[in-house]
Amino acid sequence: MTVLRHWLKPEGRQTLGYHAALLGGVALLVSTAISVADWLTRVDITQRQLEDLQATLQQVVPASYYDNDLVRDTVTINDGGRAVTVYRARRKGQVQAVSYQVTAPGYGSSEMVMIVGVDRNGTLLGVRVISHAETPGLGDKIETSKSDWILGFSGRSLNDPPPDRWGVKKDGGVFDQFTGATITPRGVVKAVKGGLEFFTSHRAMLLDESSGGKG
Amino acid sequence: MSDYRGIFADGLWNNNVVLTQMLALCPLMAVTTTATNGLGMGLATTGVLLASNLVIASLRDFVAQEVRIPVFVLLIASLVTLADMAINAWLHELYKVLGLFIPLIVVNCCVLGRAESFASRQQVLASAADGLAMGLGYTLALVLIGSCREVLGSATLFAHASLLLGDGFAFLETTLIQDYKGFLLMLLPPGGFLVLGFLLAGKRAMEQAAKRSKVKEEFHCSVQ
Repeated sequence: MTVLRHWLKPEGRQTLGYHAALLGGVALLVSTAISVADWLTRVDITQRQLEDLQATLQQVVPASYYDNDLVRDTVTINDGGRAVTVYRARRKGQVQAVSYQVTAPGYGSSEMVMIVGVDRNGTLLGVRVISHAETPGLGDKIETSKSDWILGFSGRSLNDPPPDRWGVKKDGGVFDQFTGATITPRGVVKAVKGGLEFFTSHRAMLLDESSGGKG
Repeated sequence: MSDYRGIFADGLWNNNVVLTQMLALCPLMAVTTTATNGLGMGLATTGVLLASNLVIASLRDFVAQEVRIPVFVLLIASLVTLADMAINAWLHELYKVLGLFIPLIVVNCCVLGRAESFASRQQVLASAADGLAMGLGYTLALVLIGSCREVLGSATLFAHASLLLGDGFAFLETTLIQDYKGFLLMLLPPGGFLVLGFLLAGKRAMEQAAKRSKVKEEFHCSVQ
């Protein structure tokens, strides 16, 4: 008590003990505030993130492909040391399409994250870029708001075009590059092809048919 | 009594965070590719400035001089974290536009600057007014620079404003030139520096013109 009374006087606030108690008190105060805020917002934030994910998945897997809650119907597959979460779109219990993220190195040191939708025959339903740090005006044509380029993947598969033509035109492939930017589309094409190869090598597991299948 | 008129004149113009103090340029360069982004970042910063000035002015008598900086940093960082969580949970559309930039408010030196130079010495109400004025001045600069870069860079103004402010503000979204090819330089960091440079020069010119006419007036009076 005497210590506390001492701290209330201006000269008492010069002591090391007061400084330590002040820092500790403020730290305690703000951690409490943040804990309370976390508790208040956690449910809402999880819900919003789920809605975002749903909205993204809907862009690459049309609603006619499923009657299940594909956000919650997931399987995690280990692909060369990397865990990939796969969302499965089922209709009447049978997996009709799957969706998962693929990543590609972008221009510079940043990474591009994409989501692909693939139907049970290995045909691409759609590709969308979720996040990237490509140059505005050059590499950002991979966004649907800037250009239709990424829509050109829909309907493609590993046989269409044939594997050696899965590249940008500059490399002898069939996909356009952008004026002034080749690295970005090259990275996207390679990642999408990688995504299709991932589907082929894990097909049975992705379609939930490894143990004879559900029907 | 505090001079509220003076506080607002300082914050908005005379001592503007960007145009006079030249602070907080890092978030400025990052977000001002459109007027809408500038407005969103400005308002979020204003909220944090107001709250941090309020809290720090209320605690100013307890905060010892020797440890004030860590205490301020702790308080500001927590306020930004709280703002980040609240916007993510309850203003999610805004969060999708500003998400990346909200944590950047922590490194906005003008927040710590106002805590140190104003809120830690002044009364609570005056400090709140200062936070609000400085924040609005920062918003003004962000929107000005954002508008210039957006108009020159992509020939639109307040694009996606309805995402930030709600559908009622869709009328703000203007496209000045259809099929504009874009002027990439303005959207990249150099464009930000160019626009800022011209704005600074413009403000200096205005201030000098004002000073000159004042001198002339005084001269006139003394002659008569």
